[in-house]
Amino acid sequence: MNHDAYDDNYIRSILNNVKSIAMVGASPVNVRPSYFAFKYLAQRGYDMIPVNPGHVGKELMGKPFVASLADIDRPIDMIDIFRNSSHIMPVVEEALKLSPPPKVIWMQLGARDDAAAEKAEAAGLKVVMNRCPKIEYGRLSSEISWMGVNSRTLSSKRAPIPTQGMRLSLNRTSFGGGQTAASDRAAKNKTETT
Amino acid sequence: MTDRLPGFSTLAVHAGAQPDPTTGARATPIYQTTSFVFNDADHAASLFGLQAFGNIYTRIGNPTNAVLEERVAALEGGTAALAVASGHAAQLVVLQQLLKPGDEIIAARKLYGGSINQFTHAFKAFGWNVAWADPDEIESFERAVTPHTKAIFIESIANPAGSITDIEAIAAVARKAGVPLIVDNTLASPYLIKPIDHGADIVVHSLTKFLGGHGNSLGGIIVDAGTFDWSKDNKYPMLSEPRPEYHGIRIQETFGNFAFAIACRVLGLRDLGPALSPFNAFMILTGIETLPLRMQKHCDNAKAVAEFLSTHPAVSAVNYAGLPGDRYNALQRKYTPKGAGAVFTFSLKGGYDAGVNLVSNLKLFSHLANVGDTRSLVIHPASTTHSQLDDAAKVKSGAAPEVVRLSIGIEDKEDLIADLDQALRA
Ligand SMILES: Cc1ncc(COP(=O)(O)O)c(C=O)c1O
Repeated sequence: MNHDAYDDNYIRSILNNVKSIAMVGASPVNVRPSYFAFKYLAQRGYDMIPVNPGHVGKELMGKPFVASLADIDRPIDMIDIFRNSSHIMPVVEEALKLSPPPKVIWMQLGARDDAAAEKAEAAGLKVVMNRCPKIEYGRLSSEISWMGVNSRTLSSKRAPIPTQGMRLSLNRTSFGGGQTAASDRAAKNKTETT
Repeated sequence: MTDRLPGFSTLAVHAGAQPDPTTGARATPIYQTTSFVFNDADHAASLFGLQAFGNIYTRIGNPTNAVLEERVAALEGGTAALAVASGHAAQLVVLQQLLKPGDEIIAARKLYGGSINQFTHAFKAFGWNVAWADPDEIESFERAVTPHTKAIFIESIANPAGSITDIEAIAAVARKAGVPLIVDNTLASPYLIKPIDHGADIVVHSLTKFLGGHGNSLGGIIVDAGTFDWSKDNKYPMLSEPRPEYHGIRIQETFGNFAFAIACRVLGLRDLGPALSPFNAFMILTGIETLPLRMQKHCDNAKAVAEFLSTHPAVSAVNYAGLPGDRYNALQRKYTPKGAGAVFTFSLKGGYDAGVNLVSNLKLFSHLANVGDTRSLVIHPASTTHSQLDDAAKVKSGAAPEVVRLSIGIEDKEDLIADLDQALRA
């Protein structure tokens, strides 16, 4: 699995198929990226569960915080990890102990742990690293185009009008994989300099 | 469904546009409105707090403009774009994200005269200093780098003489210095050159020229390549530091590889205000749909006119990179093999008076201060845009008394050549 560039179809199938998402490291502070993503995904109809031991007893958009993955009372399809790369492995290890295990491990923009990814993939899970599900959902549905972002998709079909709780169609025609050529170059430069 | 990369012409017609959600209108509607209703108080708060994607007020964003933004981002191969009121506004908004008073930008000496003015006077007044370097001597860029350098600015094809810049060589200097390379791609358009493929981190355009292409609408755009790491050494606090404008959001952390375009929108356009009219966005979008057709015709016509002038007895020199003997011909074949653009200069044996006469004798070419129109245009810089300079300064800026600049349109080339021929003989 190439984790530098994802095919849009891979991301699309994950976002189309998962229903419940546990967000590890979710923050109740409304300027943190995790708060943005949690709120957006909840509004797009996902069953969201905030996981953060520091905030047990509080709620995020009406959903009670839990301390750990083991405290979740229902099967979860995807774990979205809002932690630094150095904190990924223990979360993945905990996730693999769940029964049933999740189908997808998603590491947030800026987070990447190849060893943890390998472990999850060996157990049959799908892995996405260094991406934001909010941005990817907005991109594949073209909702993000309101911000002038290149969705790298085309469609000649009438666009739906997004409303609260509505899942948008992600089935636009993608062009050229999950990356622009420039992003590939940026990733390459980063590897060269580190 | 498999991913395949549509061609440039398909993107020029389709990227960013889809039938209108409410009416099914196929052409992009002109959303001529200042503001957009919120669903409820929480929706309003989410939009203002940058938590949700959507429209608030046309100074910050507009659905017609958004189609233009996504289209140009797709054509340039960038992650996102921001449309603004003019090319000059694009340059202002870009540099506002990068420079604080006392900071420096290195700029190519060969730039559109208006940009030289903007950098020399207006930006100087903000405390942004410019160090000029010579694009024909790459080492001059290297020598100009200081600890205060925050960006390098060049034109891909330079106005007025149509010279070709070695983008990759200057990108290497920028990378070594740890600063972004900004390329003004106005005279090339992405049909001829895609600067991001050659190492640019930010591309700007005057949409007023070839992209709009019909001489009817001012506009500018900023394209984010998504390549630069703004948080690396805290040199760019607008992108890496918590922003008090938005209760402490860090723009790069939140928006990843399109953070620069977002910063330009929510910190630049929102607060400085040079918004593009949706009507202009519509006109420019319509122009872009035929960009590949027009641009090829512009180039083919320009080459024919340059060849004609190069053998004309009244002409002493032609600066057109598409001519085999031109000093920029090797760079042209590398960077813009489809054609050398349509803006170039030539010199008249008869000097200043011959320049004035030529302009007044032309019947098809319009005498005006613009480039990149369907119509062919002419200007004699020494008697117009550069008339306030003394002769030495005129020569230095490429506006010697005998120099005439052309912007070749998409008319029939035989008619353009006949018009020049009769005017040179008159
Ligand atoms: C290369 C170049 N850049 C920028 C500009 C400025 O654009 P605008 O007139 O849209 O502000 C021009 C205008 O002539 C230009 O030729």
